[in-house]
Amino acid sequence: MSVLKLGRIRGRVWRFGDNVDTDQIIPAEYLVTADEKELAEHAFEKVRPEFAVEVKPGDIIVAGRNFGCGSSREHAPLALKGAGIGAVVAESFARIFFRNSINVGLPLVEAKLDVEDGEEVEIDFERGIIATQRGSVSFKPLPPFLRKLLESGGLVAYTRRRLEELG
Amino acid sequence: MGATMAEKILAEKAGKREVSPGEIVEAEVDCVMLNDVTALPAIKAFERFGERAKPKPEITVLVQDHYVPNKDIPSAEQAKAMREFARKHGIKHYYEVGRGGICHQVLFEEGFAAPGRLLVGADSHTCTCGALGAFCVGVGSTEAASAMVLGRLWFRVPETIKVEVDGRLGEHVMGKDVILHIIGDIGVDGALYRALEFHGSTLKHLSLSDRLSITNMAVEAGAKTGIMPPDARVREHLRGRVRGGYTEVHPDPDAVYAEELSYSAEEIPPTVAKPYLPSNTAPASELGHITIDQAYLGSCTNGRIEDLRVAARILMGRKVHPDVRMIVVPASRKVYMQAVEEGLVEVFLHAGAFVSGPTCGACLGGYMGVLGRGERAISSTNRNFVGRMGHAESEVYLANPAVVAASAVTGRITDPAELD
Repeated sequence: MSVLKLGRIRGRVWRFGDNVDTDQIIPAEYLVTADEKELAEHAFEKVRPEFAVEVKPGDIIVAGRNFGCGSSREHAPLALKGAGIGAVVAESFARIFFRNSINVGLPLVEAKLDVEDGEEVEIDFERGIIATQRGSVSFKPLPPFLRKLLESGGLVAYTRRRLEELG
Repeated sequence: MGATMAEKILAEKAGKREVSPGEIVEAEVDCVMLNDVTALPAIKAFERFGERAKPKPEITVLVQDHYVPNKDIPSAEQAKAMREFARKHGIKHYYEVGRGGICHQVLFEEGFAAPGRLLVGADSHTCTCGALGAFCVGVGSTEAASAMVLGRLWFRVPETIKVEVDGRLGEHVMGKDVILHIIGDIGVDGALYRALEFHGSTLKHLSLSDRLSITNMAVEAGAKTGIMPPDARVREHLRGRVRGGYTEVHPDPDAVYAEELSYSAEEIPPTVAKPYLPSNTAPASELGHITIDQAYLGSCTNGRIEDLRVAARILMGRKVHPDVRMIVVPASRKVYMQAVEEGLVEVFLHAGAFVSGPTCGACLGGYMGVLGRGERAISSTNRNFVGRMGHAESEVYLANPAVVAASAVTGRITDPAELD
């Protein structure tokens, strides 16, 4: 079981606006696979066709309010994970996307950032600080329960452990 | 301190005397629903749970609805994966093509949803059955898989917004207009992470179908769920239908709400949400200049018999405009059969509409009504995001079934009052 260590990551920004819905992240016609690499090939296909071609491992998505609204499709965080996205920073997240991301191991940060496409930012998960060219922004860490869930391998590892406890 | 409906149900299911908003609890779930699209990642997660993992067949409901009848080979493979999973693990609550329908309608019709219950579904519109007084919440696939084997899942107790709607709705105004009006007011993240608890005299006069349209779109305001206190209509619906017993839950008179909103029914017109957000609303009467290529009647929001009746009344003796394709998709086999019996299907066919068995296909741009570049649809569905029903440059206008039918006749967005 892979264990995610949330230390410090640095990456190039893909800037998005408010209300990025899951139909934009991964259009419904591709919901015929659960393979994150296959899904990644179609990420943002209708709204930013260059994304799937130019995205590099470690890149960071920065968005406004209500990121991931719409459908419950877990394929959305899977597609971003498959594309190598290091973290998504948004002012707020739609709740199912938020839960799905924790469960598949895609780090999320709730913060408002003043950055543009292509800039570099550094996220320090330990200290809860994001460094940008225009200064740094602090963020509230995940509640302890969720951080533990994320770092110990997500809900799959949690479920395995619970089943073992139950015998 | 008094508790809201969400707090009471979560406390009961978590085995606690009380819970507070913001608290994370692990609660027992009464039902876990998955469909053909969300089951595949769930099955993959399940396979990683280890050999001890067994689904609990009594709480698991599997429904083939999104891309069935299979739209292509990959969708055939994923429908097959869910079918084989159901067989292998003896899951009896399995709804094959032609036997069930759209998953939320199945939970409603087949007696899985009942007051006081906690239902989770790997589909964002699982909030639909909140109209029966259950706490129904959309989750992801991995979570649904975990809940299916453990019978439990973690929840953050949501703050609740109390929404009061009073008065009588006007002619051609439906539950759909109520929820579009509310979303237009509070925005697509106006209820983010929170529960919407609906009250008021308007609801009392509404059919369950209209109530379900309201709770169905709670998620379009970002809400965790929409919920309504159960009443005589709910009890009547459940008689002879509900599986097992249930205990009604009502909010305490001194429940604490994060916010209280009130609306007057008389002020709500037939409402349309323009592209590309459900909050981008305007009265249908102001959009008469917008021509349409497709009129879609169906979905978990508005594919029930009551919706079909409303549309058939308008289409009776009329024809769908020559430049418009109208597609009618009843939400379930039962709705379809009743529509046949009542002669509604005949009305649609005479008017020149295309009628098919239940599927979610067109609503999410999957198949059975995908829009081409620059095409415009009036649709009784719930989302109008960029490319939702097809090409990125197509447009979806959301409306109630009466507006959809009237627009199909005139070829442009039409307030049904124009045809009276």
